[in-house]
Amino acid sequence: MHISIAAEPLFSFLGLQITNSLLTSWLVTLIFVIFAIYFHFRVDVKMIPGKLQNFVELIVSGFDGLIRDVADEKAEELLPILATFFLYILFLNWFGLVPGVGSIGFTEITHHEEIFVPIFRGGTADLNTTLALAIFSIISVQVYGIKYLGFKNFIKKYIDLSSPINFFVGILEVFSEFSKIISFSFRLFGNVFAGEVLLTVMIFLIPFVLPAVFYGLELFVGLIQALIFMMLTLVFISAASEGHDGGHEADHELKEVAEVS
Amino acid sequence: MDLAAIAPGLTIAIGGIMPAYAIGKMAAKAMEAIGRNPEAAGPIRTTLILAIAFAEAIAIYSLVIALILKFV
Repeated sequence: MHISIAAEPLFSFLGLQITNSLLTSWLVTLIFVIFAIYFHFRVDVKMIPGKLQNFVELIVSGFDGLIRDVADEKAEELLPILATFFLYILFLNWFGLVPGVGSIGFTEITHHEEIFVPIFRGGTADLNTTLALAIFSIISVQVYGIKYLGFKNFIKKYIDLSSPINFFVGILEVFSEFSKIISFSFRLFGNVFAGEVLLTVMIFLIPFVLPAVFYGLELFVGLIQALIFMMLTLVFISAASEGHDGGHEADHELKEVAEVS
Repeated sequence: MDLAAIAPGLTIAIGGIMPAYAIGKMAAKAMEAIGRNPEAAGPIRTTLILAIAFAEAIAIYSLVIALILKFV
């Protein structure tokens, strides 16, 4: 039983090592690009939708409802980035479960041992992929913060010289942004990688029937993790773009609700 | 005694205590809520699954550390 935490390099191109999970990520990206091009040029959008258009509309309106619940008027602007996060992570998670991914490969003989190198490996089962997604997510949070608050109000959250306590809170805010990156990347990587290890171990223990149950579980976990990544990014963006006054307003509303009930 | 053999097991065992408690508590509260208001079962289930995934993440962190200790 061979389990490797790091993705294995397949070949190097101009000094850049192409790992098997990078290859999978490219493949998933390619699927999305091909679908987008196909849908844009081959499917004529009509008032009475066809089967494919109906399906796409279902997905988009589902996202729209979900996002509108948290960030009402910003929903239209946030939909593309959040839906991309969800769909990309979902497909990366599920691609790792396709039979053949992680099992078809070749053996490489290094100095003193033979190691098995699979051609494909689940994209999110590599910390580099999830770290990149997490960094991108946190950067987009900052960008929307600047956009909705203005640069002056935005930077005030991190560098506040009005009092020593506020200054210290600002430093804590900076650290909390970095800890968000770590928790984002480790949550996604841990769940997907642990799922792969679980499946491997289960197949070694009982090769019949039982792994199918865990496959179902992993499909569910992949969906939930993609949803969580999207919802957390959404919540962070809407928190960052509301600022201090918005927070007080929300508190006020909460108090009103509490008083009424 | 070989400490390296015990360390991964202890990591996940200790790291799993509080998430297990948290998930149990959440599920208990959610069931209570569904019992009080059965019509709200759908939204409660959705938020419950989201909240469980957050608590589970803590256990997953220790699982990652256990796996790193074991295989690296």
